[in-house]
Amino acid sequence: MINKRVADADEAIRDIIDGQTIMLGGFGLCGIPEKCIAALVKKGVKELTCISNNAGVDDFGIGLLLKTRQVKKMVSSYVGENAEFERQLLSGELEVELIPQGTLATRCMAAGYGMPVIYTPAGVGTEVAEGKETRNFNGKDYLMEYAFDADFAIVKAWKGDTAGNLVFRSTSRNFNPVMAMAGKITIAEVEELVEPGELDPDHIHTPGVYVHRIFQGSGYEKRIEQRTVRPRN
Amino acid sequence: MLDKNGIARRIAKELKDGYYVNLGIGIPTLVANYIPDGINVVLQSENGLLGMGPFPFEGEEDADMINAGKQTITTLPGSSIFDSAMSFGMIRSQKIDLTILGAMEVSENGDIANWKIPGKMVKGMGGAMDLVASAKNIIVAMQHINKAGESKLLPKCTLPLTGVNCIRKVVTELAVLDILPEGGFRLIERAPGVSVDFIKQSTSGKLFAEADVKEMDLN
Repeated sequence: MINKRVADADEAIRDIIDGQTIMLGGFGLCGIPEKCIAALVKKGVKELTCISNNAGVDDFGIGLLLKTRQVKKMVSSYVGENAEFERQLLSGELEVELIPQGTLATRCMAAGYGMPVIYTPAGVGTEVAEGKETRNFNGKDYLMEYAFDADFAIVKAWKGDTAGNLVFRSTSRNFNPVMAMAGKITIAEVEELVEPGELDPDHIHTPGVYVHRIFQGSGYEKRIEQRTVRPRN
Repeated sequence: MLDKNGIARRIAKELKDGYYVNLGIGIPTLVANYIPDGINVVLQSENGLLGMGPFPFEGEEDADMINAGKQTITTLPGSSIFDSAMSFGMIRSQKIDLTILGAMEVSENGDIANWKIPGKMVKGMGGAMDLVASAKNIIVAMQHINKAGESKLLPKCTLPLTGVNCIRKVVTELAVLDILPEGGFRLIERAPGVSVDFIKQSTSGKLFAEADVKEMDLN
Protein backbone atom coordinates (compact mmCIF):
# COMPACT_ATOMS: atom_id res chain seq x y z
CA MET A 1 0.00 0.00 0.00
CA ILE A 2 1.09 3.56 -0.65
CA ASN A 3 1.87 5.19 2.66
CA LYS A 4 0.30 8.67 2.96
CA ARG A 5 1.26 9.24 6.55
CA VAL A 6 2.85 12.52 7.61
CA ALA A 7 4.06 13.35 11.11
CA ASP A 8 1.71 16.13 12.07
CA ALA A 9 -0.36 19.13 10.98
CA ASP A 10 2.74 21.29 10.40
CA GLU A 11 4.13 18.80 7.92
CA ALA A 12 0.74 18.26 6.28
CA ILE A 13 0.28 21.97 5.49
CA ARG A 14 3.97 22.74 4.88
CA ASP A 15 3.55 23.87 1.24
CA ILE A 16 0.35 25.91 1.51
CA ILE A 17 1.38 29.40 0.43
CA ASP A 18 -0.08 32.92 0.46
CA GLY A 19 -3.01 33.47 -1.90
CA GLN A 20 -4.06 29.85 -2.32
CA THR A 21 -7.58 28.44 -2.21
CA ILE A 22 -8.30 25.90 0.51
CA MET A 23 -11.41 23.93 1.34
CA LEU A 24 -12.11 23.18 4.97
CA GLY A 25 -14.58 20.48 5.99
CA GLY A 26 -17.10 20.76 8.79
CA PHE A 27 -20.56 22.09 9.53
CA GLY A 28 -20.57 24.76 12.21
CA LEU A 29 -17.88 23.55 14.61
CA CYS A 30 -18.75 19.90 13.96
CA GLY A 31 -16.13 17.88 12.10
CA ILE A 32 -13.69 20.74 11.51
CA PRO A 33 -9.96 20.12 10.99
CA GLU A 34 -8.89 21.70 14.29
CA LYS A 35 -5.25 20.70 14.09
CA CYS A 36 -4.64 22.01 10.57
CA ILE A 37 -6.41 25.30 11.36
CA ALA A 38 -4.08 25.75 14.35
CA ALA A 39 -1.08 24.94 12.13
CA LEU A 40 -2.21 27.49 9.52
CA VAL A 41 -2.47 30.15 12.23
CA LYS A 42 1.04 29.24 13.41
CA LYS A 43 2.46 29.28 9.88
CA GLY A 44 0.87 32.69 9.28
CA VAL A 45 0.06 32.04 5.63
CA LYS A 46 -2.04 34.94 4.29
CA GLU A 47 -4.48 36.07 1.58
CA LEU A 48 -6.27 32.73 1.68
CA THR A 49 -9.53 32.00 -0.06
CA CYS A 50 -11.41 29.61 2.22
CA ILE A 51 -14.27 27.47 0.96
CA SER A 52 -16.19 26.21 3.97
CA ASN A 53 -19.88 26.02 4.82
CA ASN A 54 -19.42 28.29 7.86
CA ALA A 55 -16.81 30.67 9.21
CA GLY A 56 -16.43 29.33 12.74
CA VAL A 57 -17.01 31.42 15.84
CA ASP A 58 -14.88 34.28 17.14
CA ASP A 59 -12.36 32.15 18.99
CA PHE A 60 -12.60 28.75 17.32
CA GLY A 61 -12.57 27.14 13.91
CA ILE A 62 -12.03 29.43 10.93
CA GLY A 63 -12.71 32.32 13.31
CA LEU A 64 -9.08 31.90 14.42
CA LEU A 65 -7.84 32.56 10.86
CA LEU A 66 -10.16 35.57 10.56
CA LYS A 67 -8.88 37.06 13.80
CA THR A 68 -5.31 36.98 12.46
CA ARG A 69 -6.48 38.46 9.11
CA GLN A 70 -5.21 35.49 7.11
CA VAL A 71 -8.36 35.21 5.04
CA LYS A 72 -8.92 37.37 1.97
CA LYS A 73 -12.13 35.73 0.87
CA MET A 74 -14.70 33.35 2.37
CA VAL A 75 -16.95 31.18 0.22
CA SER A 76 -19.73 29.93 2.52
CA SER A 77 -23.47 29.38 2.83
CA TYR A 78 -24.02 30.63 6.37
CA VAL A 79 -21.77 32.92 8.37
CA GLY A 80 -23.83 33.96 11.40
CA GLU A 81 -22.47 33.42 14.91
CA ASN A 82 -19.22 35.29 14.26
CA ALA A 83 -19.02 38.96 15.25
CA GLU A 84 -15.48 39.49 13.94
CA PHE A 85 -16.51 38.06 10.58
CA GLU A 86 -19.48 40.41 10.37
CA ARG A 87 -17.29 43.38 11.31
CA GLN A 88 -14.68 42.58 8.62
CA LEU A 89 -17.41 42.03 6.06
CA LEU A 90 -19.32 45.25 6.74
CA SER A 91 -16.06 47.25 6.79
CA GLY A 92 -15.00 45.77 3.45
CA GLU A 93 -11.80 44.12 4.77
CA LEU A 94 -13.09 40.68 3.88
CA GLU A 95 -14.55 39.52 0.61
CA VAL A 96 -17.45 37.09 0.94
CA GLU A 97 -19.29 34.96 -1.57
CA LEU A 98 -22.45 33.48 -0.13
CA ILE A 99 -23.78 30.50 -2.02
CA PRO A 100 -26.59 28.06 -1.28
CA GLN A 101 -25.55 25.12 0.90
CA GLY A 102 -26.61 22.46 -1.59
CA THR A 103 -24.80 24.29 -4.38
CA LEU A 104 -21.66 24.43 -2.22
CA ALA A 105 -21.78 20.70 -1.49
CA THR A 106 -22.56 19.74 -5.08
CA ARG A 107 -19.81 21.95 -6.55
CA CYS A 108 -17.41 19.99 -4.32
CA MET A 109 -18.93 16.73 -5.49
CA ALA A 110 -18.64 17.77 -9.14
CA ALA A 111 -14.91 18.43 -8.68
CA GLY A 112 -14.46 14.97 -7.15
CA TYR A 113 -16.48 13.31 -9.91
CA GLY A 114 -14.63 15.10 -12.71
CA MET A 115 -17.62 17.08 -13.93
CA PRO A 116 -17.02 20.72 -14.91
CA VAL A 117 -20.47 22.08 -14.03
CA ILE A 118 -23.73 21.27 -12.35
CA TYR A 119 -27.22 22.66 -12.93
CA THR A 120 -29.29 23.53 -9.89
CA PRO A 121 -32.56 25.40 -9.39
CA ALA A 122 -31.26 26.93 -6.13
CA GLY A 123 -31.05 30.70 -6.46
CA VAL A 124 -33.00 31.10 -9.72
CA GLY A 125 -34.58 34.57 -9.73
CA THR A 126 -32.42 35.79 -6.82
CA GLU A 127 -29.18 37.80 -6.64
CA VAL A 128 -27.30 34.47 -6.58
CA ALA A 129 -28.27 34.07 -10.26
CA GLU A 130 -26.68 37.37 -11.36
CA GLY A 131 -24.22 36.86 -14.19
CA LYS A 132 -24.83 33.11 -14.39
CA GLU A 133 -25.99 31.08 -17.34
CA THR A 134 -29.54 29.77 -16.95
CA ARG A 135 -30.95 26.80 -18.81
CA ASN A 136 -34.42 25.39 -18.93
CA PHE A 137 -34.85 21.64 -18.58
CA ASN A 138 -38.33 20.08 -18.66
CA GLY A 139 -40.00 23.44 -18.06
CA LYS A 140 -37.90 24.48 -15.06
CA ASP A 141 -35.00 26.96 -14.88
CA TYR A 142 -31.60 25.91 -13.56
CA LEU A 143 -28.38 27.85 -12.89
CA MET A 144 -25.10 26.58 -14.24
CA GLU A 145 -22.56 26.39 -11.41
CA TYR A 146 -18.90 25.44 -11.80
CA ALA A 147 -17.05 22.67 -10.01
CA PHE A 148 -14.72 24.13 -7.39
CA ASP A 149 -11.03 24.40 -8.14
CA ALA A 150 -9.17 24.27 -4.82
CA ASP A 151 -5.43 23.95 -4.25
CA PHE A 152 -5.94 22.06 -1.01
CA ALA A 153 -8.83 20.34 0.74
CA ILE A 154 -8.43 19.83 4.47
CA VAL A 155 -10.82 17.40 6.13
CA LYS A 156 -11.35 15.78 9.50
CA ALA A 157 -12.30 12.11 9.82
CA TRP A 158 -12.85 9.82 12.77
CA LYS A 159 -10.62 6.98 11.63
CA GLY A 160 -8.24 6.52 8.77
CA ASP A 161 -5.51 4.18 7.65
CA THR A 162 -2.08 5.04 6.29
CA ALA A 163 -3.38 4.25 2.77
CA GLY A 164 -5.66 7.29 3.16
CA ASN A 165 -8.98 5.48 3.55
CA LEU A 166 -11.37 7.45 5.77
CA VAL A 167 -14.32 6.70 8.03
CA PHE A 168 -16.43 9.50 9.47
CA ARG A 169 -18.50 9.51 12.62
CA SER A 170 -22.11 10.72 13.03
CA THR A 171 -22.96 14.12 11.57
CA SER A 172 -19.32 15.20 11.61
CA ARG A 173 -19.32 13.59 8.15
CA ASN A 174 -21.16 16.60 6.62
CA PHE A 175 -18.98 18.27 3.95
CA ASN A 176 -15.85 16.24 4.70
CA PRO A 177 -16.25 13.39 2.17
CA VAL A 178 -17.16 15.67 -0.74
CA MET A 179 -14.36 18.10 0.03
CA ALA A 180 -11.91 15.22 0.40
CA MET A 181 -12.70 14.33 -3.21
CA ALA A 182 -12.33 17.88 -4.47
CA GLY A 183 -8.83 19.08 -3.52
CA LYS A 184 -5.85 19.00 -5.86
CA ILE A 185 -4.08 17.93 -2.68
CA THR A 186 -6.22 16.53 0.13
CA ILE A 187 -5.06 16.49 3.72
CA ALA A 188 -6.94 14.36 6.26
CA GLU A 189 -6.55 14.63 10.02
CA VAL A 190 -8.02 11.76 12.00
CA GLU A 191 -8.64 10.87 15.62
CA GLU A 192 -7.30 7.37 15.11
CA LEU A 193 -4.81 6.34 12.44
CA VAL A 194 -4.50 2.60 11.86
CA GLU A 195 -2.55 0.25 9.59
CA PRO A 196 -4.00 -0.94 6.25
CA GLY A 197 -6.27 -3.94 6.83
CA GLU A 198 -7.67 -2.71 10.11
CA LEU A 199 -10.61 -0.94 8.47
CA ASP A 200 -13.24 -3.05 6.74
CA PRO A 201 -13.16 -2.17 2.99
CA ASP A 202 -16.96 -2.33 2.98
CA HIS A 203 -17.14 0.43 5.56
CA ILE A 204 -14.85 3.01 3.98
CA HIS A 205 -16.57 6.36 3.31
CA THR A 206 -13.70 7.99 1.37
CA PRO A 207 -11.34 5.77 -0.66
CA GLY A 208 -7.67 6.51 -0.09
CA VAL A 209 -7.08 7.53 -3.71
CA TYR A 210 -8.58 10.92 -2.86
CA VAL A 211 -6.32 11.50 0.16
CA HIS A 212 -2.69 12.58 -0.25
CA ARG A 213 -1.59 13.14 3.35
CA ILE A 214 -2.94 11.79 6.61
CA PHE A 215 -1.99 12.20 10.25
CA GLN A 216 -3.42 11.49 13.67
CA GLY A 217 -4.31 14.52 15.78
CA SER A 218 -4.57 14.41 19.54
CA GLY A 219 -6.53 16.29 22.18
CA TYR A 220 -9.47 17.27 20.01
CA GLU A 221 -11.53 20.00 21.66
CA LYS A 222 -14.71 19.30 19.59
CA ARG A 223 -16.46 22.36 20.88
CA ILE A 224 -20.28 22.28 20.94
CA GLU A 225 -21.93 25.37 19.48
CA GLN A 226 -25.49 24.89 20.82
CA ARG A 227 -25.65 22.55 23.78
CA THR A 228 -29.27 21.39 23.95
CA VAL A 229 -30.44 18.71 26.37
CA ARG A 230 -33.64 17.33 27.83
CA PRO A 231 -34.17 16.68 31.52
CA ARG A 232 -34.06 13.18 32.95
CA ASN A 233 -37.36 12.25 34.50
CA MET B 1 -53.66 35.36 18.30
CA LEU B 2 -51.17 32.48 18.47
CA ASP B 3 -47.77 32.37 20.10
CA LYS B 4 -44.87 30.58 18.42
CA ASN B 5 -45.89 27.25 19.89
CA GLY B 6 -49.43 27.78 18.62
CA ILE B 7 -48.14 28.32 15.09
CA ALA B 8 -46.07 25.15 15.40
CA ARG B 9 -49.07 23.23 16.76
CA ARG B 10 -51.24 24.29 13.83
CA ILE B 11 -48.56 23.38 11.27
CA ALA B 12 -48.12 19.96 12.87
CA LYS B 13 -51.68 19.17 11.80
CA GLU B 14 -50.47 19.28 8.19
CA LEU B 15 -48.17 16.29 8.79
CA LYS B 16 -49.24 13.02 7.24
CA ASP B 17 -48.21 9.48 8.09
CA GLY B 18 -45.10 8.43 6.18
CA TYR B 19 -43.83 11.96 5.46
CA TYR B 20 -40.14 12.83 5.31
CA VAL B 21 -39.97 16.40 6.64
CA ASN B 22 -37.31 19.11 6.75
CA LEU B 23 -37.76 21.60 9.59
CA GLY B 24 -36.02 24.98 9.40
CA ILE B 25 -34.60 26.95 12.31
CA GLY B 26 -36.90 28.86 14.70
CA ILE B 27 -40.65 28.19 14.83
CA PRO B 28 -40.37 25.22 12.41
CA THR B 29 -38.12 23.39 14.89
CA LEU B 30 -40.96 23.54 17.43
CA VAL B 31 -43.23 21.55 15.10
CA ALA B 32 -41.34 18.42 16.19
CA ASN B 33 -42.95 18.81 19.64
CA TYR B 34 -46.50 18.51 18.26
CA ILE B 35 -46.39 15.55 15.88
CA PRO B 36 -49.88 14.01 16.23
CA ASP B 37 -50.20 10.60 17.89
CA GLY B 38 -50.29 7.67 15.51
CA ILE B 39 -48.40 9.51 12.78
CA ASN B 40 -44.93 8.41 11.77
CA VAL B 41 -42.77 11.08 10.20
CA VAL B 42 -39.01 11.11 9.60
CA LEU B 43 -37.23 14.41 10.21
CA GLN B 44 -34.38 15.37 7.91
CA SER B 45 -31.54 17.59 9.04
CA GLU B 46 -29.76 18.94 5.98
CA ASN B 47 -26.25 18.65 7.38
CA GLY B 48 -26.74 14.93 6.74
CA LEU B 49 -29.22 13.02 8.90
CA LEU B 50 -32.57 11.30 8.41
CA GLY B 51 -34.40 10.30 11.57
CA MET B 52 -33.57 13.14 13.94
CA GLY B 53 -34.37 12.23 17.52
CA PRO B 54 -34.90 14.38 20.62
CA PHE B 55 -32.22 16.36 22.45
CA PRO B 56 -29.86 14.09 24.43
CA PHE B 57 -30.13 13.68 28.18
CA GLU B 58 -27.82 15.97 30.07
CA GLY B 59 -24.33 14.49 30.10
CA GLU B 60 -24.92 12.49 26.92
CA GLU B 61 -24.29 15.35 24.45
CA ASP B 62 -22.10 14.31 21.53
CA ALA B 63 -20.22 17.05 19.65
CA ASP B 64 -20.31 14.89 16.51
CA MET B 65 -24.11 14.62 16.55
CA ILE B 66 -25.85 17.89 15.72
CA ASN B 67 -28.74 19.15 13.62
CA ALA B 68 -28.79 21.93 11.03
CA GLY B 69 -29.30 24.47 13.83
CA LYS B 70 -26.02 23.20 15.37
CA GLN B 71 -27.95 21.84 18.38
CA THR B 72 -26.92 18.58 20.00
CA ILE B 73 -29.44 15.88 19.13
CA THR B 74 -29.84 12.10 19.03
CA THR B 75 -30.71 9.48 16.43
CA LEU B 76 -33.59 7.02 16.48
CA PRO B 77 -33.82 3.37 15.50
CA GLY B 78 -33.77 3.46 11.70
CA SER B 79 -31.83 6.72 11.37
CA SER B 80 -29.24 7.18 8.64
CA ILE B 81 -26.29 9.53 8.18
CA PHE B 82 -24.83 10.77 4.90
CA ASP B 83 -22.78 13.62 3.47
CA SER B 84 -24.12 17.09 2.66
CA ALA B 85 -24.14 16.53 -1.12
CA MET B 86 -26.42 13.50 -0.77
CA SER B 87 -28.53 15.45 1.71
CA PHE B 88 -29.27 18.12 -0.90
CA GLY B 89 -29.56 15.41 -3.54
CA MET B 90 -32.61 14.02 -1.76
CA ILE B 91 -33.99 17.55 -1.40
CA ARG B 92 -33.46 18.40 -5.08
CA SER B 93 -34.92 15.11 -6.28
CA GLN B 94 -38.03 15.71 -4.13
CA LYS B 95 -37.69 12.72 -1.84
CA ILE B 96 -38.54 15.04 1.05
CA ASP B 97 -42.33 15.40 1.25
CA LEU B 98 -42.65 18.60 3.25
CA THR B 99 -40.43 21.57 4.03
CA ILE B 100 -41.31 23.97 6.84
CA LEU B 101 -39.30 27.16 7.09
CA GLY B 102 -39.40 30.69 8.44
CA ALA B 103 -39.57 33.94 6.47
CA MET B 104 -39.05 37.66 6.89
CA GLU B 105 -41.39 38.45 3.98
CA VAL B 106 -43.69 36.53 1.63
CA SER B 107 -45.36 38.05 -1.42
CA GLU B 108 -48.76 37.43 -2.98
CA ASN B 109 -47.16 35.57 -5.91
CA GLY B 110 -45.32 33.14 -3.59
CA ASP B 111 -41.88 34.79 -3.45
CA ILE B 112 -40.01 34.46 -0.16
CA ALA B 113 -37.25 36.53 1.47
CA ASN B 114 -35.48 35.18 4.55
CA TRP B 115 -31.70 35.44 4.25
CA LYS B 116 -30.41 38.97 4.14
CA ILE B 117 -31.13 42.53 5.24
CA PRO B 118 -28.80 44.70 3.12
CA GLY B 119 -26.31 46.68 5.20
CA LYS B 120 -27.63 45.18 8.43
CA MET B 121 -27.74 41.45 8.68
CA VAL B 122 -25.45 39.21 6.68
CA LYS B 123 -25.81 35.62 7.75
CA GLY B 124 -26.37 33.82 4.50
CA MET B 125 -28.99 31.57 3.00
CA GLY B 126 -27.72 28.22 4.31
CA GLY B 127 -29.91 25.57 2.72
CA ALA B 128 -33.00 27.76 2.29
CA MET B 129 -32.51 28.54 -1.40
CA ASP B 130 -32.01 24.87 -2.25
CA LEU B 131 -35.08 23.90 -0.25
CA VAL B 132 -37.49 26.47 -1.70
CA ALA B 133 -36.28 25.88 -5.27
CA SER B 134 -36.90 22.14 -5.15
CA ALA B 135 -39.46 21.21 -2.51
CA LYS B 136 -42.89 20.26 -3.80
CA ASN B 137 -44.68 21.16 -0.58
CA ILE B 138 -43.53 24.14 1.49
CA ILE B 139 -45.20 25.69 4.53
CA VAL B 140 -43.92 29.02 5.78
CA ALA B 141 -44.13 29.69 9.51
CA MET B 142 -43.87 33.42 10.16
CA GLN B 143 -45.11 36.47 12.00
CA HIS B 144 -47.91 38.19 10.08
CA ILE B 145 -46.91 41.65 11.28
CA ASN B 146 -43.59 43.00 12.53
CA LYS B 147 -42.99 44.80 15.81
CA ALA B 148 -43.97 48.11 14.21
CA GLY B 149 -47.31 46.57 13.19
CA GLU B 150 -46.40 46.43 9.49
CA SER B 151 -47.50 43.52 7.35
CA LYS B 152 -44.94 40.94 6.24
CA LEU B 153 -47.39 39.50 3.70
CA LEU B 154 -46.76 41.88 0.84
CA PRO B 155 -47.67 42.61 -2.79
CA LYS B 156 -43.94 42.30 -3.54
CA CYS B 157 -40.97 41.45 -1.28
CA THR B 158 -38.69 44.38 -0.42
CA LEU B 159 -35.75 42.27 0.81
CA PRO B 160 -33.42 40.16 -1.39
CA LEU B 161 -35.29 37.04 -2.49
CA THR B 162 -34.62 33.48 -1.38
CA GLY B 163 -36.91 31.97 -4.00
CA VAL B 164 -39.46 32.96 -6.60
CA ASN B 165 -43.08 31.82 -6.92
CA CYS B 166 -42.54 28.80 -4.68
CA ILE B 167 -44.65 29.27 -1.52
CA ARG B 168 -48.23 27.97 -1.45
CA LYS B 169 -49.11 27.98 2.26
CA VAL B 170 -48.39 30.36 5.13
CA VAL B 171 -49.22 29.93 8.82
CA THR B 172 -48.96 33.02 11.03
CA GLU B 173 -50.04 34.10 14.52
CA LEU B 174 -53.25 35.34 12.88
CA ALA B 175 -54.18 32.94 10.12
CA VAL B 176 -53.64 30.07 7.73
CA LEU B 177 -53.44 31.33 4.15
CA ASP B 178 -52.95 29.71 0.78
CA ILE B 179 -51.19 31.55 -2.02
CA LEU B 180 -53.18 31.15 -5.22
CA PRO B 181 -51.42 30.05 -8.42
CA GLU B 182 -52.76 33.19 -10.15
CA GLY B 183 -51.53 35.39 -7.26
CA GLY B 184 -53.04 36.63 -3.99
CA PHE B 185 -53.47 35.26 -0.48
CA ARG B 186 -56.60 33.27 0.29
CA LEU B 187 -57.68 33.21 3.94
CA ILE B 188 -58.35 29.62 4.97
CA GLU B 189 -58.53 29.79 8.76
CA ARG B 190 -58.23 32.48 11.41
CA ALA B 191 -56.53 32.10 14.76
CA PRO B 192 -58.80 31.89 17.84
CA GLY B 193 -60.21 35.31 18.70
CA VAL B 194 -58.87 37.02 15.57
CA SER B 195 -61.39 38.71 13.25
CA VAL B 196 -61.37 38.57 9.46
CA ASP B 197 -61.22 42.37 9.47
CA PHE B 198 -58.04 42.38 11.56
CA ILE B 199 -56.43 39.87 9.19
CA LYS B 200 -57.45 42.10 6.25
CA GLN B 201 -55.86 45.13 7.93
CA SER B 202 -52.72 43.14 8.66
CA THR B 203 -52.20 41.86 5.12
CA SER B 204 -50.84 44.35 2.63
CA GLY B 205 -50.78 41.88 -0.28
CA LYS B 206 -53.99 41.07 -2.13
CA LEU B 207 -56.27 39.03 0.18
CA PHE B 208 -59.30 36.98 -0.74
CA ALA B 209 -61.49 36.25 2.27
CA GLU B 210 -65.03 35.00 2.68
CA ALA B 211 -67.18 36.87 5.21
CA ASP B 212 -67.24 33.78 7.38
CA VAL B 213 -63.92 32.01 7.85
CA LYS B 214 -63.56 29.08 10.22
CA GLU B 215 -61.45 29.29 13.34
CA MET B 216 -58.38 27.05 13.62
CA ASP B 217 -58.80 23.78 15.44
CA LEU B 218 -55.64 23.35 17.51
CA ASN B 219 -56.57 20.14 19.31
